[in-house]
Amino acid sequence: MAAEAKAENLAAEWNGGVLPYKIGHRKLGMWLFIMSDSLTFCALLIGYSYARASSENWPTPFPFSPSIIFSSMMTLVLLSSSLTMVFAVAAAKRGEKKIARTWILATMFFGAMFIVLHVTEWFHLFHEGLYFDALPDEWLAKWPGSSKLFGATFFGITGLHMFHVLTGVIYLGVIAARIKKFNAEDVETSGLYWHFVDLVWMFVFPLLYLLSVDFSAVGH
Amino acid sequence: MAEAHPVHGEVHRHEPPSGFIRKWIFSVDHKVIGIQYWFLALFSVFVGMIMSLLMRLQLAWPGREWGFLKTLLPAAAENGTISPELYLSLVTMHGTIMVFFVLTTAPQGGFGNYFLPIQIGAADMAFPVLNMLSFWLTFVALAVMMLAIFANVIDDTAAVGVVGPIGGWTGYAPLSALGERAGPGQGTGVVLWITSIAFFCVASLLGALNFITTMLNLRTRGMSLLRLPLTCWAWFTTAVLALLSFPVLLAGGVLMLFDHIGGTSFFVPAGSYVNGQLVMEKQGGSVILWQHLFWYFGHPEVYIAILPGMGLTSHILSTFARKPVFGYRAMVYAIFAIGLLGFFVWGHHMFQSGMDPNTAIVFSVITLAIGVPSAIKTFNWLGTLWGARIRFTTPMIFSIGFVSLFVSGGITGIFLGQTAVDIPLHDTYFVVGHFHLIMGVAAIFGMFAGTYFWFPKMFGRMMNETMGKIHFFITFIGVNCIFMPMHIMGIAGAPRRYSSHEGLAYLGDSFMPMTKFVSIAAFVTIAAQLIFVVNLVWSWFKGPKAGENPWEATSLEWTIPSPPPHDNFAGHEPDVHHGPYEYSVPGAEKDYTMQTDPERAKSAGD
Repeated sequence: MAAEAKAENLAAEWNGGVLPYKIGHRKLGMWLFIMSDSLTFCALLIGYSYARASSENWPTPFPFSPSIIFSSMMTLVLLSSSLTMVFAVAAAKRGEKKIARTWILATMFFGAMFIVLHVTEWFHLFHEGLYFDALPDEWLAKWPGSSKLFGATFFGITGLHMFHVLTGVIYLGVIAARIKKFNAEDVETSGLYWHFVDLVWMFVFPLLYLLSVDFSAVGH
Repeated sequence: MAEAHPVHGEVHRHEPPSGFIRKWIFSVDHKVIGIQYWFLALFSVFVGMIMSLLMRLQLAWPGREWGFLKTLLPAAAENGTISPELYLSLVTMHGTIMVFFVLTTAPQGGFGNYFLPIQIGAADMAFPVLNMLSFWLTFVALAVMMLAIFANVIDDTAAVGVVGPIGGWTGYAPLSALGERAGPGQGTGVVLWITSIAFFCVASLLGALNFITTMLNLRTRGMSLLRLPLTCWAWFTTAVLALLSFPVLLAGGVLMLFDHIGGTSFFVPAGSYVNGQLVMEKQGGSVILWQHLFWYFGHPEVYIAILPGMGLTSHILSTFARKPVFGYRAMVYAIFAIGLLGFFVWGHHMFQSGMDPNTAIVFSVITLAIGVPSAIKTFNWLGTLWGARIRFTTPMIFSIGFVSLFVSGGITGIFLGQTAVDIPLHDTYFVVGHFHLIMGVAAIFGMFAGTYFWFPKMFGRMMNETMGKIHFFITFIGVNCIFMPMHIMGIAGAPRRYSSHEGLAYLGDSFMPMTKFVSIAAFVTIAAQLIFVVNLVWSWFKGPKAGENPWEATSLEWTIPSPPPHDNFAGHEPDVHHGPYEYSVPGAEKDYTMQTDPERAKSAGD
C-alpha cells in the first residue's frame, strides 16, 4: 500500500502543471549553475594537480607562520560568512526581512574582509617575488628546477575564486538593497551561491595551501 | 485539481513589445530568439561552406592561381594561390565555425528555443532575459570569431597571409600556445579564437541551464515525462551535456588565454622547438593536459550536435509514417545512455597521444558500448517505418536521409573506436569522412528536416515541395559522393590537413582523379544549397498559407496558429491527455489524436 501511495505521489509530482522539486525557477537554475561552475573549478584543480604531479620539482614554500596562520584566518572569515548567511536565510524564512537584511550585510562584511585579507596576501607574495609567470629566486635555489606554474596555478585559481566572492558580495548587495521585493526563496538562492563559493574554498585551501607547507621550516 | 499547480503563478507573462528593437532585436520572446539563432547559424554555415569550397579547389588543383581569390582575399592570397598556411587556416576556421556556430547553434539554440516551450505547453522559457543574453553573447562570440579572420591584417607582421589560426579546430598545444612564432595567425589569431570560444562556452552553459529549468518546471497539466515528444528529451539531454561539458572547455580556454597574454606555460613543456627556434622562457606545462580538457568537452560536443537531430528524426518519422514511434521508452533511455556514455569516451581521440594501452582499452570498450543505444535507436526508426503508409514529404525524406547517414557514419565510428584500427587510420581522410557523415551531414540533415517541418509553424507558409525534393536528392547523393571516397582515400593512407597530396607516390595514380571527383561533387552540392535558400525566401513571401496543423501532427505546437501569438497559447494552459505519437489509433475517428484531445474511454494501451 505504502509503495502504491508513493508511486502515485511521484506521478502527481511529475505529471506536469506543478513544480516537481517544489522549488522555483531561480533556485533550480542556481543549482544547475552550481553544477556547471563546480566543473570549471574541478577542471582547474585537476589541471593544477596534473601540472604538479608531472613536474620534476614543485615548491612547498608556505611556512606555518605567517602563511598558514594567515590563510586559516581567511578560511575562518569565510566560514563565519557562511554562518551569518545561514541566519539570514532562516530569518527570511520566518518572514523577518529586516533581520535577514542585517545578516546579509554581516555576510557581505565577512566576504569583503576575505577579499581584503586575500589581496593583502597577494601583495605580500608579489613582494616576495612570486608572480603569475615567475618564482622568487630563493625558492628556485631551495627547490631547484621548480615549475613556474606554481604562481600561475596559485593566482589563477585563487583569483577565479576571489572573483566569485566579489560577484557574491555584489549579488548579496542587490538582495539586501531590495529585500522587500524578494521572497525567502530568493534569499535562499543567494545563500546557495554563497555557500558554494565557500565550499570551493574548502577545496582550494587544502590543495593550494596545506599541500604547500614548508615542513623544513617547522623545526625552527 | 486546479489548486494543485501553483507553478503557473510564476509563468512570465509579458505583453508583446511594440517597438521594432524590443520586438526583433533585443527580444525576450523565445520564438524570436530561436529565429535569431537559426539565422546566425545560416550565416555561419555559408561562411564555413565557402571555406570548404576554397579547400576543395586547392586539393583538386594544387597550387593553381585563381583570379577571383585576389579579389576575395586580397591580404591572405595576394597572388591568387592558396598557400599551405592559408589552407590550414581555412581548415581551422571551417571546423570551428561549423562545429560551434552551426552544429551547436541551430538545432539547440534555434529549434530548441522555438519549440521546447511550445511543445511542453509553456508561454516562454523559464528565464527569458537570460535567454536573450545567451543569444547576444553567442553573437559577440561570432563577431570575435569573424575578427579572427582578419587577425593577419590586424597584426601585419606575418609574411604569409592567413584567414585565422592554423592549429585546427582542436587548437592543439603546444602550437596554439606559443604565439606567432608557431606560425601565422597563431598570435592574435589564437587570442581572438579562444576568446570567442570562451564567450561561446558561457553563452551555451547559461542557455543549457535555461533549457533544463524550463523542461523540468514549466510542463503544462498532464504533460508527464513520458508524454514529452522525443524532441524535448533530445534537447533536454543536449542541455545536460552542454551544462557539464562547456565549463571544462571554458577552463581550458582561460588557461590557453593565460599562456598567450599572461606569460604562463600551462600547455608548453620545457625544450619546445618550433620553426627553428628553441622556446626558452616557457617550461612546466603539458600538451596532453590541453587534449584532456579539450576532449572532455569535445566528445560530448559530438552528441550536442547530433542528439537534437535524433529527436527530430524520431518525431518526423512517426508523423509521416502515421504510426507511433516504435519503442518510445527505449528511445528515451537510449538518448540518456548516449548522453551518459558520451562523458567517458574522450580518450578515444587521444589513442595516438601516448596513452597507456590499458587505459586505451577502457576508453575503447566504452566507446563501442555507445553502439548499443545507437543501434536501439536505428532499429526503432526502422521499426517505426516498417509496414507504414509513408507520406514522402520533404521533411520525411530528409529524416530518412538522416537515418541513412547516421548508419554510414556510425559504422565507421566502430572502426575508429578500436585502438588497433585507429592507429593506422588516425589523421587520415578516413576520419574526415567519418565525422563529416555523422556529425556534420547527418546533423545538417536533421536541421533541414526541422526547417521543412516547422517552417509552416514559424512563418505561417508552406515551403515548396518540388524544390525541397530536388534539394534533398542532389544533397543526399552529393554528400555520399563527397565523403564515401574519403574513406577509401584514408585507408590508402592519405593524410588529412595537407594542402596538397602531390608527390605522395604511394597513393597511386587514381588518387588525383578521385580527389577531383570529390571536389566537383562538393561544388555541385554547395550549389544545390542555393535551391534551399531560394525556396526559403520564396516561401517566406509567396508560399501557400499554412493552417494550424498542415502535417496532421499531434504535438502542442500544432494546436496554435501559425505563426504562434506572442505568448503561445494566448493565456490558456493546454491540458494534455495523450502521448505525443498517437497515430492510427484503432477505433479513433481520425488517424491522429492531438495531445490535447479529450480523453478517450480508458483503453488497454493508455
